[in-house]
Amino acid sequence: MNIIQLFAILFSLFAASRVFLRTKDKKLTIPEFVFWMFIWGSLIITAFIPDVTSMIANFVGIGRGVDIIIYMSIGTVFYLIFRLYVKLEDVERELTVVIRELAFMKKRKK
Amino acid sequence: MDKTYIVIPAYNEQNSIKKVIQDLKKQGYMNIIVVDDGSIDKTGKIAKQQGAIVLSHLINRGQGAALKTGIDFALMKKADIIVTFDADGQFLAKDIKKVIMPVKKGNAEVVLGSRFLGKAKNIPLFKKIVLKLGVLLVFFLYGIKVTDSQNGFRAFSRHAASQIEIRSNKMEHAGEIFHEIKKNNLAFKEVPVTVLYTRYSLQKGQSWSRSIMLGLKMILKKLMV
Repeated sequence: MNIIQLFAILFSLFAASRVFLRTKDKKLTIPEFVFWMFIWGSLIITAFIPDVTSMIANFVGIGRGVDIIIYMSIGTVFYLIFRLYVKLEDVERELTVVIRELAFMKKRKK
Repeated sequence: MDKTYIVIPAYNEQNSIKKVIQDLKKQGYMNIIVVDDGSIDKTGKIAKQQGAIVLSHLINRGQGAALKTGIDFALMKKADIIVTFDADGQFLAKDIKKVIMPVKKGNAEVVLGSRFLGKAKNIPLFKKIVLKLGVLLVFFLYGIKVTDSQNGFRAFSRHAASQIEIRSNKMEHAGEIFHEIKKNNLAFKEVPVTVLYTRYSLQKGQSWSRSIMLGLKMILKKLMV
């Protein structure tokens, strides 16, 4: 086993344990738990049996195993950024509502 | 008699706010709402001293947010006509009469001030180009033909003000208003106004990079709605 494989496995186990603990504390919902477990679980499997990626890659018609991982990662990252962007806009809007209400309240008091 | 409220969003305008309020009063507009958008200078204090109704945002939320705060408050105060005005002294108080006229006469629900129908004194060429691109963008996105799309000098009837929903915090509200005009089928009219470009107002105005971001955001918003 290569050092990189060992490192990937250890890191994934660590990350998975965090996901598990956060779920236990009810900070993550069950769908989120499943999503993150899928991510880290697939990483562990990939680290044990690197050929898995080539098999999947060949199956969907991409040449190399590494390529499919990169494609998928970039896609996922973009999607997560989009989600964050939308969420942030929502939070900004909600913050404004609070600030506005505070301004009205201060005015009414006088 | 129609009750007219002037709404002024202000962010760090301590150097100009006093004169703006005094000019408005000289023209007989006594209902002045200044929304102090989290200024770190004395804007709010000065406005209060000048006798304006001051609403304070604890933290800066942007011009769109401040406008909505002021408009909502004016509606609570049973305003019949609401005029939005800038705090940096670019507009002339005596133009308000022209701007509210169509609403008073019932010819329009929304009146948009246009510096290109009126006067844009000392406008830098680059600014002019950016503004004209804004006009094109509004036409492409909303199919509304105007001569000046980014002008903060506007008047709304009570009906229009309660229909129009400004959700953007920042400057995109300029585009949003056209979206709302279209959606609510509001009759609108453009009237000529004068916009003065002084060294002070130019310093405070938005940079070209912000303008480009603004355009992109307007497109994005249109695509997502």
